[in-house]
Amino acid sequence: MSPVLRVRDLRARYGGAEAVRGVSFDLEPGRALGVVGESGSGKTTLALSLLRLAEGAEVTGEITVAGTDVLAASEPELRRLRGGRIAMVFQDPLSSLDPYLRVGDQIAEVYRAHTGASRKAAAAKAVEVLDRVGVPDAPRRARAHPHELSGGMRQRALIAMALALEPRVLVADEPTTALDVTVQAQILDLLADLRAATGMALLLVSHDVGVVAGSTDEVLVMHEGRAVEHGPVRTVLREPRDAYTRGLLAAVPRLDASRARSGRAPSGRAASGPAAADPAEPLLRVRDLRREFASGPRPRRRAVRAVDGVTFDVRSGETLGIVGESGSGKTTLARLLVRLLEPTSGTVAFAGRALSGLPERRLRPVRRDLQMVFQDPGASLNPRRTAGDAIAEPLRVQGERDPERTARTLMERVGLDPARYGDHPHAFSGGQRQRIGIARALALRPRLLVCDEPVTSLDVSTQAQVLDLLAELQDELGLTMVFVSHDLAVVRQVSDRVAVMRDGRIVELADADAVFAAPRHPYTRELLSSVPALDPGGLTADGR
Amino acid sequence: MTWYLVRRLGAAVVVLVALSAIVYALFYLAPGDPAVLACGKGCGGERLAATQQKLGLDDPVPVQYWHFLEGIVAGRDYSAGPDVDHCAAPCLGYSFQTDQPVTALLLDRLPVSASLAIGSEILALLLGTSAGLLSALRRGRLTERVMTGVTLLGFSTPVFLIGLVLLMVFCASLRWLPFPVYVPLTEDPVQWARNLLLPWISLALIQAAVYARISRVGTLETLLEDHIRTFRAYGLRERQVIRRHALRGALTPLITLTAVEVAQIMTAAVLTETMFGLPGIGKLTVEAVNSVDLPVVVGVTVLAGIVVVVANTVADLLHAAVDPRVRIT
Repeated sequence: MSPVLRVRDLRARYGGAEAVRGVSFDLEPGRALGVVGESGSGKTTLALSLLRLAEGAEVTGEITVAGTDVLAASEPELRRLRGGRIAMVFQDPLSSLDPYLRVGDQIAEVYRAHTGASRKAAAAKAVEVLDRVGVPDAPRRARAHPHELSGGMRQRALIAMALALEPRVLVADEPTTALDVTVQAQILDLLADLRAATGMALLLVSHDVGVVAGSTDEVLVMHEGRAVEHGPVRTVLREPRDAYTRGLLAAVPRLDASRARSGRAPSGRAASGPAAADPAEPLLRVRDLRREFASGPRPRRRAVRAVDGVTFDVRSGETLGIVGESGSGKTTLARLLVRLLEPTSGTVAFAGRALSGLPERRLRPVRRDLQMVFQDPGASLNPRRTAGDAIAEPLRVQGERDPERTARTLMERVGLDPARYGDHPHAFSGGQRQRIGIARALALRPRLLVCDEPVTSLDVSTQAQVLDLLAELQDELGLTMVFVSHDLAVVRQVSDRVAVMRDGRIVELADADAVFAAPRHPYTRELLSSVPALDPGGLTADGR
Repeated sequence: MTWYLVRRLGAAVVVLVALSAIVYALFYLAPGDPAVLACGKGCGGERLAATQQKLGLDDPVPVQYWHFLEGIVAGRDYSAGPDVDHCAAPCLGYSFQTDQPVTALLLDRLPVSASLAIGSEILALLLGTSAGLLSALRRGRLTERVMTGVTLLGFSTPVFLIGLVLLMVFCASLRWLPFPVYVPLTEDPVQWARNLLLPWISLALIQAAVYARISRVGTLETLLEDHIRTFRAYGLRERQVIRRHALRGALTPLITLTAVEVAQIMTAAVLTETMFGLPGIGKLTVEAVNSVDLPVVVGVTVLAGIVVVVANTVADLLHAAVDPRVRIT
């Protein structure tokens, strides 16, 4: 079959920097090609270039979509091509739709621009495609504004917009990255169904090897603008030839790799210092914890229970993993544990001492022992203060003698160059920023470290390094950790025990191996089966 | 919505009471005897005592303030002996200078200031947003540089300078326009507009500079948003992308700004009104402050408070009408 998309020696240059350096591939109708790579590998620029949407980039080479030379196309030709023959679905489904207009109107507008259909016909078409992509109650949802839909529904709406025009090629740039795993699984299924039903070709761009593995026929691995490896999914994943691909695959956290097997188990379990005074007494004792937030317009405000009656212990020296999808209450719980939030009811006791209701003055000495690492290292560091200051700040607050010297030692400990004490956060990479966050949390030698999605915004290889660092530090300092994440594989790697949260409750709490190998709660099983299998050959924990 | 208006009204009352209390206290506690001011020069003895009694100035200050609030809500009677002056609600007292009721004075001046404010804002919005859009869409070209220059000039020129130049050129030299005199809209719309044209222009130029900047930045930012890329990726014409998807986001911030500006001009266009001899609220304020006409000063302040509160409420409602994500609660 002749390819519907043909790319030869594609290069894209932003000023002096070359983002894509000579990529070639073919895509045949009905086939799917996955493009994987870490941030900065040029995969998004590649995707945008296919529609000549890479703004500010100078693109050379050859791109042919269904017989049309994209780079040489005139403006009217290009408009017919965009959407009509090659359509794109973007990462963030909220910002990719116009917030001011109704979803159905946006689809209808695009449809009318290409077909010249009447308003009425276009509106009907919008409802039809929304229904086809599995939006329940499509006529009503067509009249909704984007913010009134969930993330998954919005992504379906964008796919519906593409579908309305029946393009030959669909380019999906990280279409599921902003979504929960169960929703991700639905969207990936939808893309596969549409591909089978319409015969369109799919180019799926993702940083997540698992997503690409389960949904494509071929995979192209990008690194620094080059396609370092290209071949059938099975071959590339099982027998990667390129060293970079091998490193990338090794860094991907696996659902079937437990803590011991991933080499992140602490060697000496005995925690040092007063923490280990009474091994029978848990370090953290949580009893029937609840937290409500007021929501909705007054006077008919409703109380939303973010955390709804949670009870568990954290033993000294262990790592408790907390997994859940967005809105499950896991971040609220993390904040309650270190008393960044006050519970509505219930108790949190740290080393036998109740934290709730303790006045801030009496809480301060306890705060030394309770530290938190936040999700977005870019946002949780003050951009106007230097990295060193950020680490030294808690030391200063607690009256340490030489905060600067201690901060430099800590920087060295977390793998940062102490000479960069005076640099501001923007000068560091994402992984380095998270190291600053970890150093800041460790500055006061806490006994309990609560990590809220500490590696979510990082690339897999960086993610692996940060996880290794946390494991080392835990071992060395006898830390007790609570590790909150939406990523099941990451949680499996770091945790001794795992709690699964849903709608503010813990539905399952057991040893990590038990939860992953023999989940008891149906929701846990659903979560596990939603995680895209890394190996299409079926060697994963869930047996797919 | 109803709940919102109830809450807004409640908040407005609190703001206005606090405002009036502060102004009231400031003036009545300041040196100088209000009775002497009210009675006029060379007033003493029995007449002064009578004035004091009539205005209730012999009461303690909190009681006076209470009567003042009572007057606004229910009206009040001023009496010294047999003759009783009834001042109907909303009563803000009588001017020390002219003995006219303050409420009537304000209502008399308000149309002038409102004409000035609304006219100049409309003009400013037209000029400002078109300049802003033009410079955003012609980015990097000569148009943008010229627009930026003009905007900067407009922004940094004082209103009295623009006003004076306009007066000299169009009224004195060319004689195309009369020296402005206020003609009520209801009397002669054409003369109303002709006379207000120069004040409008001089105020609008400054406002337009602000609007141009905001709409330029807003447009540039909106054009970088993801949903703009979506519609480009689906083959819409650039014109349609801008008209349908960029403008709304770009111009929404202007709503709030305009409402606040209207309120400001209506109550504080002192320079413009003085220069063009327009008998508006701003001019009234200056006269009242100069002659220590306390009831008028207090009245103007309360009126300014009301106008600001109303303008902000209108802005909130408009904003919610334009942006579906904003819910009024």
